[in-house]
Amino acid sequence: MNDAIPPEGDYLESSELVLNMGPQHPSTHGVLRLVLKLDGERVRDVECVIGYLHRGVEKIAENRTYTMFVPYVDRMDYVAAVSNGLGFCLAVETLISVTAPPRAQTARVILTELNRIASHLLWLGTHALDIGAITPLFYTFREREEILKIFENYCGARLTTHAFRIGGLQYELYDRFEEEVKAFCEYIKPKFDEYDELLTNNRIWIDRLRGIGILKAEDCKRYSVTGPLLRAAGVKWDLRKAQPYSGYEQYDFEIPTRESGDSLDRYGVRMDEMRQSVRIIEQAVERIPTGPILAKVPKVLKPATGEVYVSIEAPKGELGYFIVSDGTIQPYRVRVRPPSFLNLQALEKMAKGALLADVVAIIGTIDIVLGEVDR
Amino acid sequence: MQSTPWEGVLPEHLEQAFPERGLTCQVYLGQHFITAAAAITADIVHFLRDKEQFDFLTDLTAVDRPKDPLRFELVYILYSFPRNERVRIKTRIGDNEPVRSITSIFEAANWLEREVYDMFGIAFTGHPNLKRILMPDEWHGFPLRKDASIIGMDNEWVQSNLGIESGQ
Repeated sequence: MNDAIPPEGDYLESSELVLNMGPQHPSTHGVLRLVLKLDGERVRDVECVIGYLHRGVEKIAENRTYTMFVPYVDRMDYVAAVSNGLGFCLAVETLISVTAPPRAQTARVILTELNRIASHLLWLGTHALDIGAITPLFYTFREREEILKIFENYCGARLTTHAFRIGGLQYELYDRFEEEVKAFCEYIKPKFDEYDELLTNNRIWIDRLRGIGILKAEDCKRYSVTGPLLRAAGVKWDLRKAQPYSGYEQYDFEIPTRESGDSLDRYGVRMDEMRQSVRIIEQAVERIPTGPILAKVPKVLKPATGEVYVSIEAPKGELGYFIVSDGTIQPYRVRVRPPSFLNLQALEKMAKGALLADVVAIIGTIDIVLGEVDR
Repeated sequence: MQSTPWEGVLPEHLEQAFPERGLTCQVYLGQHFITAAAAITADIVHFLRDKEQFDFLTDLTAVDRPKDPLRFELVYILYSFPRNERVRIKTRIGDNEPVRSITSIFEAANWLEREVYDMFGIAFTGHPNLKRILMPDEWHGFPLRKDASIIGMDNEWVQSNLGIESGQ
């Protein structure tokens, strides 16, 4: 009989359970698959399996001309398509030594910052939904709709906008553009306070996020993590300030940071970033210069043999393009440095030792878009 | 490429640290890059991280140039937070020639090297988990090599997994 009773201390020992989460799981934000090794509810090990949305964007680029490839980049981070387009256009402009005219640069800043707010709003709504707060989603989507309406009025598309051309803009700003952007700024500012009331001081929200998925500054650098995750760890670094592009040096804005690098801090950083984006938009819309919107760019682009790496601060982090030209009309190689891909890699570090329910929160705060991870 | 020599403190330090190793420092369109032999690339990355404050691996990728004797060009892009500077390190390797992994220097190289392996078939020695990352595990061939066609790259895989004739 005695053999049947296990020795003391081993009563609660459980065997390891391997759990597949995704690729069809609502809280993995797309087709991310996680292989979790669980000990009870504790995550012992996690492996990300990606590639379900791989479309070979870099290969497609080698078979298109520079101009033809611009709409494709919108399909990577599809919730921040304007930023993707800006990065690629800037990279090609660097390669052919062309600068967009001031009017185009200012319009680009306004549209990109609007897109940053839209991207963060979408993140906020879905992240809150993952945590269990259903209400914010409806509010954030209502506000995001106003931004999408401006995009639609500007270029006819709401999501994959193809807003910019190499050398500037394709379309002149529409008549009521300034008016609508200003109205939007006035509309959105009190909404941030509403989100604060809903979430920032919400006991459940704080309990679910504080101390979860901590990533310190040192680890961020080792894992090449950028964007709000890096700033939440206390590194005051933003490419718009560090290496300004498209005239960002003219605007007065802060880089929001936090100290501890947990999920709550990332939430705080993104909320502050949206307010700063409104600040930038308000300054930019007051001083849109007159003049041409498109620089002199040859109809057939044939950059000289060479290569450049140009990066911008996308809503999710550093988005870079490494373009190699061999002197023909098609790029020899286009490499996209996707922020989500590298930020997601740090999940394996953050999720180890966390509870299963917290893994959902951690995925949410990384803010991944699988279109960009898989390309 | 109409690049010009890069003159400054960093190239001098590099030449002192790696004398007579065929290392050149150049500038193209205001962007700095170092060209070096594959054998010392990992050492240069290590040196730049520890001695020159390049504490961030921005990107690691490759370019295929099949007409050249050493067909692959590996590109490491490093960034320094204290100096706010970017530098590229480029090296050439031949087909089936393994490279030293830099995962022990930067953790971020883990997925980046896996992607280069997946797309180009370049093997990294000392990598903890070198397997495909974006393509299916059973895929044949390496998509970003120039000899891989954009249509119907692996008909065998497509037929057995998707039950259709071609990828198109």
